[in-house]
Amino acid sequence: MTYDPTDPSDPRGRILLDPTAELAAAVRSPAARPATLDGATIGLLDISKARGDVFLDRIGERLTERGWHVERFRKPTFTRPAPIDLRREITEKCDVVIEALAD
Amino acid sequence: MSGEPSPAPPPDGLVAVVKRSCPTSVLVVPVLADLAERAPGGLTVYSQDDPSFPDGMAVVDDTGLETSFALDLETVPTLLRFEGGAETARVVGWNREQWEGLTGVTGLGEGLPAWRPGCGSRTRDPAVAAAHATEVGLRSLVSRRVPLGAEEDDAEAAYERGWSDGLPVVPPTPERVVRMLAGTGRDPSEVVAVVPPDLVECTVEKVAVNAVLAGCRPEHLPVVLAAVEAACAEPFNMHGLLATTWFAGPVVVVGGPVARAVGMNHGINALGPGNRANATIGRAVQLVVRNVGGGRPGEIDRATLGQPGKYTACFAEDDPLDGWPLLHEERGLPAGSSGVTVFAGEAPRGVLDQLSRDPASLARSFAACLRTTTHPKMVVAFDAMLVVSPEHTRVFVEAGWSKQRLADELAGLLQVDGDDVIRGAGGIAEGLDEGFAGVTLPKFRPGGLLITRAGGRAGLFSAIIGGWASGALGSDPVTREVNP
Repeated sequence: MTYDPTDPSDPRGRILLDPTAELAAAVRSPAARPATLDGATIGLLDISKARGDVFLDRIGERLTERGWHVERFRKPTFTRPAPIDLRREITEKCDVVIEALAD
Repeated sequence: MSGEPSPAPPPDGLVAVVKRSCPTSVLVVPVLADLAERAPGGLTVYSQDDPSFPDGMAVVDDTGLETSFALDLETVPTLLRFEGGAETARVVGWNREQWEGLTGVTGLGEGLPAWRPGCGSRTRDPAVAAAHATEVGLRSLVSRRVPLGAEEDDAEAAYERGWSDGLPVVPPTPERVVRMLAGTGRDPSEVVAVVPPDLVECTVEKVAVNAVLAGCRPEHLPVVLAAVEAACAEPFNMHGLLATTWFAGPVVVVGGPVARAVGMNHGINALGPGNRANATIGRAVQLVVRNVGGGRPGEIDRATLGQPGKYTACFAEDDPLDGWPLLHEERGLPAGSSGVTVFAGEAPRGVLDQLSRDPASLARSFAACLRTTTHPKMVVAFDAMLVVSPEHTRVFVEAGWSKQRLADELAGLLQVDGDDVIRGAGGIAEGLDEGFAGVTLPKFRPGGLLITRAGGRAGLFSAIIGGWASGALGSDPVTREVNP
């Protein structure tokens, strides 16, 4: 519907202005789950929250025992988004990622 | 009014704008008729009120005032010369010498007085000018227009589209947004901030739409703009503040002349309800983060419990006293300026001390209460804000203590023995790493305790607003000047 604010017959009170960022409802489907983890590299992301490392250490041990290749990553601080370089490194090196949200 | 937003410029040659209701316009009708015949390049006449005036002449109908507004007229008659599509000369009213000079035609208006002042252009009628400004404003808005269904309730529509914090909003009609934008001299298309968490560029217009939603008046908009800019500044870390499971949200402290000018409350119930400016300015900041930035509770906002201040948390500081500068002045803005400071804060809690009459005693009370923020065993990592009431302020001022003196005394009182705050101390598992045993630690990092003043004249109570993780690991307070 087009709105002509100079047209007195236009139902002005019936138009509201969008207060949002007007981002298109981008439907992004998640990446397909791998059919198998054979040969996969598994990323373990520590977000620097307390005791997340303890959890990931144990997960890493268990995965390594079972023969998977594990890569460890760490965000500088949990209070801020991961740096772009770190996100890129994880994307390039890993097939799946386990993130410890911890506390 | 109708027609093109920008009318074509008048044709080259002489141009006159008149209206029948103006005696001077009537007076010069014989001159216009004379010029239409004698002037090289011809004469085009525009009439503001009656397209049949002057009688018997070819007249361009400007009753819609498009050309008059485009020429920014103050007076009729106005005589202009256009060459190559551009205005090269203009005279107003009737003045034989000036008209002859502009037209190059002599012997104009024989029998007329040499000079007669003109009348006001219809474009200067306040009602007409206001309507025109509204039309221009409506045309300039670029936000997506959301048409409502014939049976749709506008308040419910705002809820259904996810624009509300849970309380009713004022439906943001184009007319309301235009009126809101009149509250600032800034261009509606100017980018105010990049709003977390979606990192969206937010224009003055988009802030105005959300200020309407929040219930602001136009004069509140400059304060909202400054607060949005501050809250979206990188050191404030609005993304992290949203995402944290902790209670804190942006607390907006407004100081200086603008607070009084727009009717903010620093007195009774300053941290509570009852004042439109306090309530809606703080709410507008939250709605910008919600609607523009995409920071919605339950999505990016992960607070375990939250707190009521995340609807709105905004108050004005009491007037400055000698030795007690306003918060924004302490933080680098000039004395006498208006400023906003955003602080990542929890809900306020009370501090009672009805017996201290000497400043050292009262400072010890403050320190004892400040010691408990977040957790009595938590030190250094979280900031806090102290809001000192007038009756408590009097205890310090009468004893000659400045704000800096109070800050220094509190820093001394808030040195904490590491043995008391390590894990297990006091039979409490929570605490610092055992490595801090034997170390003395400050409750707050240097500058991590902000001191402000507000409150009603009666009551020996002050308030503490606990903070969130401070500095590079969390949030730094941010101050911005309020500009019109």
